[in-house]
Amino acid sequence: MGKKVALTGNEAAAHAMRQINPDVIAAFPITPSTPIPQGVAQFIADGKMDTEFVTVESEHSAMSACVGAAAAGGRVMTATSANGLALMWEILYIASGSRLPIVTAIAARALSGPLNIHGDHSDVMGIRDAGWIEIAAENSQETYDGLIQAIKIAENKDVMTPATVFFDGFDISHSIEIWEMEEDKKVKDFIGEYTPLYPLLNTKEPVTHGAWAPPDWYFEHRMNQLEGLLNAKEVVKQVGKEFGKEFGREYGLFEEYKMDDAEYVIVAMGSVCGTTKDAIDSLRAQGVKAGLLKVRLFRPFPYQEIAELLSNAKAVAVLDRVSPAGAQGGPLFTEVRSALYDVNNRPPVVDYTYGLGGRDTQPKHIKSVYEALMQIVNTGKVEKQFDCLNLRGTWG
Amino acid sequence: MADKLLNWNEVLIGATIKDPGNSKNYETGSWRVEKPIWNPDTCINCMFCWVYCPDSAIKVDEKGNMAGIDYDHCKGCGICVEQCPSKPKSLAMILEANAKNKTEEDLRKELFSK
Ligand code: SF4
Ligand code: SF4
Repeated sequence: MGKKVALTGNEAAAHAMRQINPDVIAAFPITPSTPIPQGVAQFIADGKMDTEFVTVESEHSAMSACVGAAAAGGRVMTATSANGLALMWEILYIASGSRLPIVTAIAARALSGPLNIHGDHSDVMGIRDAGWIEIAAENSQETYDGLIQAIKIAENKDVMTPATVFFDGFDISHSIEIWEMEEDKKVKDFIGEYTPLYPLLNTKEPVTHGAWAPPDWYFEHRMNQLEGLLNAKEVVKQVGKEFGKEFGREYGLFEEYKMDDAEYVIVAMGSVCGTTKDAIDSLRAQGVKAGLLKVRLFRPFPYQEIAELLSNAKAVAVLDRVSPAGAQGGPLFTEVRSALYDVNNRPPVVDYTYGLGGRDTQPKHIKSVYEALMQIVNTGKVEKQFDCLNLRGTWG
Repeated sequence: MADKLLNWNEVLIGATIKDPGNSKNYETGSWRVEKPIWNPDTCINCMFCWVYCPDSAIKVDEKGNMAGIDYDHCKGCGICVEQCPSKPKSLAMILEANAKNKTEEDLRKELFSK
């Protein structure tokens, strides 16, 4: 059993980093993730960790320094948000293409413009094709647990792929929750020592990282990289189980909340899942068979498992905390809908954009989604495939 | 060149290269438009050209002296000519088209005998 603490999501991430005690952290401050590197710097100043903390002039440099340190053979972490993550974008591909298991904590935030510093998933969805493992955390506990597991997942020999654990900016990053912190030694033992595959600092076996791959090589390397990312799915399950055995909180690819007999299902990621569970509880009390499929692993996307689970539902609503940006729906919607194409019993699937730029999403908004699903089932008609939650004015 | 083009599941993780220095095996000087010609008669062996050449295409002998140009890798950028400090310059550029079928000796005469 861990020790119960009352700390913010950012503090949960900083404590995970303290216990992981990576060789290098290179980070640049950006709201709402700033308290993470700030907390880490304090831990180092207080002698509670001995990580080499590299202060840099931008997030582009932060991720570049992470790539260098990881190629050298170090265990490496960083943290960022929003435009900072966007500035890292170019180097994210170099990290994944070079198979460097860097772990990044992301306090998910809206992208400008207009300028906004509050929570949504614009940043993490913008990097969904960068070849990183993406793990969504609902709350502080999952942020802390997820970062510890991410180290083990990313560094697995069959994976060797960078990973990010994201949690909602402000909703989680700045909210104080009660969660369990494990003992330093237990965490250290759980993650184990890291043995890099081809460290640059091993002068006995000199290697080249970041070489040029012409048209007759690049394709093969990219597909080799994809295999590592796809391997992460099984490793996420395995590490989630091991974590459960060690600390009593087991994790999988997703969490099913009242899904066994659920007819009306919401698929979502992040802190809105807490609100959704609340709404489900009150709907269940009224006899409505509502359920939630909380996606934890967004990349690689476990489409088969998700399709199988959803094929029993009567109607499905996906919640995307990002604008569809010209697609048929948000990224989670298009993934879920595409996954369902292969199953025989395809329930109708609708999409909602919610919570952009920190817009509040309350139980009544979630209830309105379930009501819309019930109406779809009752009338057999989908009036609106896409809608918005808590937007002023009627959309579409 | 690598011995064989490998399949996607045979390549080394992260496009890592375990036999460093293998760029030596790749001839990359074929797309040069101009080529530098070296005149050993006026060369003062300052080795500036060796320092500045972005392609490590200046050859060095065992004594550490300038020993000519590695045309398998020289890209013809002309940086070596620009920075050569000897008077007159000991390096000069000529269009590949105009250097065709001429010996090193011919080219030296043509470029440096004025
Ligand atoms: S820079 Fe000119 S003088 Fe100096 S070594 Fe090279 S060719 Fe000779
Ligand atoms: S022309 Fe450029 S590449 Fe060729 S030897 Fe001179 S400096 Fe090097």
